[in-house]
Amino acid sequence: MASTFEHSSPAVCPACSVAPAAESLAEVPKDARLMLSLPGIHCAACISTVENALAKAPGVHEARVNLTLKRALVEAGPEVTAEDLVKVVEAVGYEAHELDPGVLATTAADRAAKDLLMRLAVAGFAMMNVMLLSVAVWSGAEGVTRDMMHWISAAIVLPAIVFTGKPFYINAWSALRHGRLNMDVPITLAIWLAVGTSLYETIHSGEHAYFDAAIALTFFLLAGRYLDYRTRASARSAAQELAAMEVPRALRLTGDGSPESVGVADLVVGDRVLVRPGGRVPVDGTVLEGTSEIDRALMTGESLPAFAGPGTAVSAGEVNLTGPLTVEVTAAGEDTALHRIADLVAIAESGRNNYTSLADKAAKLYAPGVHILSALAAIGWYLHTYDLRLSLNIAAAVLIITCPCALGLAVPAVTTAASGRLFRKGMLIKDGTAMERLAEVDTVVFDKTGTLTMGAPHPVGLEDLAEDAQGVALSLATVSSHPLAEALTGALRDLGRLPAPLTDLREVPGYGVEGRWNGQPVRLGRASWMGAEAPALTATFLQIGDQPPQAIPFTDTMRPGAAEAVAGLMASGLRVILISGDTKGAVDRFAAEIGIDEVMAEALPDQKAARVTDLAGEGAHVLMIGDGLNDTAALSAAHVSISPASALDAARVASDMVLLGNDLAPIADAFKTAVKARARIRENFTIATVYNIVAVPFAIAGLATPLVAALAMSSSSITVSLNALRLR
Amino acid sequence: MDVLVILIPVSLFLGAVGLGGFFWLLKRGQFDDPEGDANRILNGDYDDKPKR
Repeated sequence: MASTFEHSSPAVCPACSVAPAAESLAEVPKDARLMLSLPGIHCAACISTVENALAKAPGVHEARVNLTLKRALVEAGPEVTAEDLVKVVEAVGYEAHELDPGVLATTAADRAAKDLLMRLAVAGFAMMNVMLLSVAVWSGAEGVTRDMMHWISAAIVLPAIVFTGKPFYINAWSALRHGRLNMDVPITLAIWLAVGTSLYETIHSGEHAYFDAAIALTFFLLAGRYLDYRTRASARSAAQELAAMEVPRALRLTGDGSPESVGVADLVVGDRVLVRPGGRVPVDGTVLEGTSEIDRALMTGESLPAFAGPGTAVSAGEVNLTGPLTVEVTAAGEDTALHRIADLVAIAESGRNNYTSLADKAAKLYAPGVHILSALAAIGWYLHTYDLRLSLNIAAAVLIITCPCALGLAVPAVTTAASGRLFRKGMLIKDGTAMERLAEVDTVVFDKTGTLTMGAPHPVGLEDLAEDAQGVALSLATVSSHPLAEALTGALRDLGRLPAPLTDLREVPGYGVEGRWNGQPVRLGRASWMGAEAPALTATFLQIGDQPPQAIPFTDTMRPGAAEAVAGLMASGLRVILISGDTKGAVDRFAAEIGIDEVMAEALPDQKAARVTDLAGEGAHVLMIGDGLNDTAALSAAHVSISPASALDAARVASDMVLLGNDLAPIADAFKTAVKARARIRENFTIATVYNIVAVPFAIAGLATPLVAALAMSSSSITVSLNALRLR
Repeated sequence: MDVLVILIPVSLFLGAVGLGGFFWLLKRGQFDDPEGDANRILNGDYDDKPKR
């Protein structure tokens, strides 16, 4: 990668090769590493098509597809954005999404996983060699031969166990320092007690040495730990993500009306700020001058831009679309609605960390139980025989036999198998406990705009318009960047219409577009502008000359798989609720279409979060599925949450699972898989417990030879792993 | 039993070679995209300038 960068730098800075000093002057901007998710990719041809298309895109130095992870990693100049690349990939016929930056930032986790894999390999190597030597001892080697086998085993195991067990020692030490017990404390104790007594036995030509058991224990536990790491993504805060959306600077109007750029923190209530078209509103305020349309989709979930004129209240985070606005500040900085949402999210996030997973619950019972049991066994044998060496041997045997290997593998093996299955269906699990939490869900809350629908309107009934009227509409629509106009342009182009020649084209911010066609005025825009009655559904109006205005209705397409997901969740007996910030009429009509009975419309972001919290207060475990800024607080407050690939960054960060494609159908399947996974985890715990109950009496009775320990440990670990694999 | 003096070091050595090989593969990223590598071999594109 470094080499490509060197090759391209002369092109970026032609002077550099001539005068090397120029390189330090003209500082070469850093390359961007972008990652795309490619859910539809599956074959050799897909790889080369996508890689070639990306490599030809301007600014791209190198593109590499990873088929296993269904991702593309792109090295590109700083000017290239993920959005450009998504368009490039879509142009060659593959679905692509910008990958969650939370996943992108996993390099640290990757390194930790690689480190664990290396330790696992060393442990595996040492275990196999020691087991091989142990076979000689088990089959009856005696005297000098047995001592030699033990000494060689010790020589292999001692350095290996110091190196490979490091993750456990560190965890155990940090738990002990804080006066707590975790799973790693008995593990460390078992490993070192076993190695210590075995070494003592070897020196004194004893019969039993547990070197093989100690290293096997480390191996199985490292395997579990490695799987655990692979399913864990680094946690980031959605609240911080939201804070980044706040506009840092604003244009304040001075006394003589000229704008000056100031930091948002310096604004006070009563100031007037200018918001240019295309810009984000920096403060909460009231419009003083200018008309425009503002996109509130992120804040409220309204599917359509709202009209903004003098007197309209606007809030920070909304996007001004068509005309410049002068806004009088009513709240700035920490008092804005956007900031309040960020606060809500922060509170919800802090509350969520309290979840106790099945593994934690098991560890809480297990760790003290094992210590007490082995201590009791040691004390009992000491009182019985007054032989310290024998009683320590028994204690080590008990610790090894009650091996937490099966416990350590029970959850990670199932989680890995289940998330592998869901990944193939198009869903990425970001949190290790998300699967368990999903299995507990009994209520599902859907957002409408952008989640169950695509959030992109498209016109219907265009055939009702005369052909030349369609041409006029196309010419008018191309002028505006309003979402409805853009959708209309696309649809008419697809029909093969050509723009009619118009003159005096002009956009009237907040109302629409007007022009002249064959000497008569033509208009495309809001109903109120042409004196028409505003209909209940979304529509724009076209007026030619003196003719009555004609409505062009729009609908929002339902997301593929939305109906299946809702039907599937209902069939699983879950309560499904639709909460949207959209108008009541639109929400009710949509709910009836998709078959959801419980509806809450015109919900503000904090009301959404409050409703989710209320449901939780009633004892429900809520799955929230949403995509926008207005859903972020609710996503964090819910027991578990899912967002589609097209969702806002902050929403994806707040979610436990992210859908890789546009399809919602995996959700219903994910729930079924999660329920199955939880059942498997419980089965695995049962298996591990049964093994312990059977084996512990042997250990306490002093009958646990190294052979018995090795058999019990391996067979329980393998049974648990095989049981987990049934989920695939 | 004297043969053990030779066999045990040999088996340890061979195991260590395997372990070293695994580390090398891990470092070279051979396990980063097993599915992709399996498919890439079917790719018909001819690379004029293979990377060194």
